[in-house]
Amino acid sequence: MSGAGKKGAPEALIVKGKRLDGRALDEFRPIKTEVGVVQQAQGSAVFDFGETHALSAVYGPRPMHPKGLQEPTRAILRCKYFMAPFATWERSRPGISRRSTEISKVITDALSQVVFLDDFPKTVIDVFMEILQADASTRCAGLNAASIALAEAGIPMKDLISCTSVGKVDGKLVLDVGGAEDNFGEVDMAVATVGGSDRFVLLQTDGIITKEEFAELLEMGQSGCTEIYKKQKAVLKNKYKTSQKENYITESRSDSAKGE
Amino acid sequence: MRAEGYIKKLFDSNTRIDERGFLDFRPVKIETGVIRTAEGSARVQIGNTVAVAGIKMDVKEPYPDTPNEGNLMVDVELVPIASPMFESGPPSETAVEIARVVDRGIRESKSIDMEKLCIKEGEKVWAVSIDVHILNHDGNLIDAASLAAIAALHDTKLPKYDEERGVIVKDGPAVVSSGKKLGMKDKPIEVTIFKIGSKLFVDPTVEENESIEARVTMATNEKGNLCAMQKGGNGFFTRDELLQAADIAVEKGKELRKLL
Repeated sequence: MSGAGKKGAPEALIVKGKRLDGRALDEFRPIKTEVGVVQQAQGSAVFDFGETHALSAVYGPRPMHPKGLQEPTRAILRCKYFMAPFATWERSRPGISRRSTEISKVITDALSQVVFLDDFPKTVIDVFMEILQADASTRCAGLNAASIALAEAGIPMKDLISCTSVGKVDGKLVLDVGGAEDNFGEVDMAVATVGGSDRFVLLQTDGIITKEEFAELLEMGQSGCTEIYKKQKAVLKNKYKTSQKENYITESRSDSAKGE
Repeated sequence: MRAEGYIKKLFDSNTRIDERGFLDFRPVKIETGVIRTAEGSARVQIGNTVAVAGIKMDVKEPYPDTPNEGNLMVDVELVPIASPMFESGPPSETAVEIARVVDRGIRESKSIDMEKLCIKEGEKVWAVSIDVHILNHDGNLIDAASLAAIAALHDTKLPKYDEERGVIVKDGPAVVSSGKKLGMKDKPIEVTIFKIGSKLFVDPTVEENESIEARVTMATNEKGNLCAMQKGGNGFFTRDELLQAADIAVEKGKELRKLL
């Protein structure tokens, strides 16, 4: 998927069981997440895997325009993933690309599994994701942020969606593909589950793997999702535990569109 | 959409709308060399679904990150004559997704030796444009589009190239063939596994297509390994279902590969 060539590849991506950044094979990069970061939005969140930085904001439910696109019995979930032109070393063209269109679609598919769309007929729930800095696994970071933002917005959901990448690098199966591993590794696979459960709602794989490796990657992905799920829940719970001052939220904002 | 309840009821009683087995394809027909203005072409029929793929070869500058590799581009058009659901205009999300899934099946299987398509490093490479038009939509578009693309690639002959002038040799407006094959290294086959209720099945008709909960496309190579995957639809798959899907993709892939 990554267009990077084989030139400039490091000699080895895994040395003595450690990855280039010192991680173990089944270790995440540092994960940072924060909720309520965009004052104007009903819900918003940041989710970082190491140097990959994703921001998501939710607007709605709000009336769907044009009306012809309304669904009389349910809300439309409209997820849009964008990559900022400065997010990669080589500038990318701003706005919508074929890549972003596809990612937006698979993320919409994944989130549709948990959002109670029937509660808001004729409306649209807009979920925006901005990748401000990219270092692989951007769709995963975006989806994790979006899931937290939807929860903060008070949109009824069955559960959160948690997403991670797994892959094959230097013949070894790894969790959370990052940096050079994405460009020079053999396989990159994104998986998302409902919470940490056995329900896979997103799956994209690039690269050649055996069925046995696939089985192992699914398992590794599921346990990774479980770990992310815990962090997502923790950041949401924490928000409502601490005093209002510690969050980037204005007074007027705090009494609208929230659970309490 | 009106057929949805009926289709689901049929599935519950272990039947399909056309009484096929759940893992049976409709008759598949592949013809190659159907378009004389293309360097390679194929027309694929799966039941009533029709896809035509045309390959055009051009000499272009390589992408900066792959200076010694050819360019590959896949476009899929869901033309309005194929279905009342298709509209003219810019490619829909569905069309973009199909194109990108077809692209990854070809690219990730490494079925085309991209380095062989380099004419002069950093300056001139062959650009392979794969254009697939769906001419009748009766379900299972990804498999049909992918099969048409791979059949057309196997049919492709390189145009004659004038090294001194750096252009493709033409006879009037007609491209002169060099008679040399594109030189494919593998025959990746994409098989999409669909889910209604807890049943997995392949090759839906358009009515079944409208009723599905989830789908997963898996590309397999001649060795029987997986090389690209994409899940779609609002539903989920369990890990066991995904592993079962992988078995189905390998087995059905073998059957379809024989027709190439």
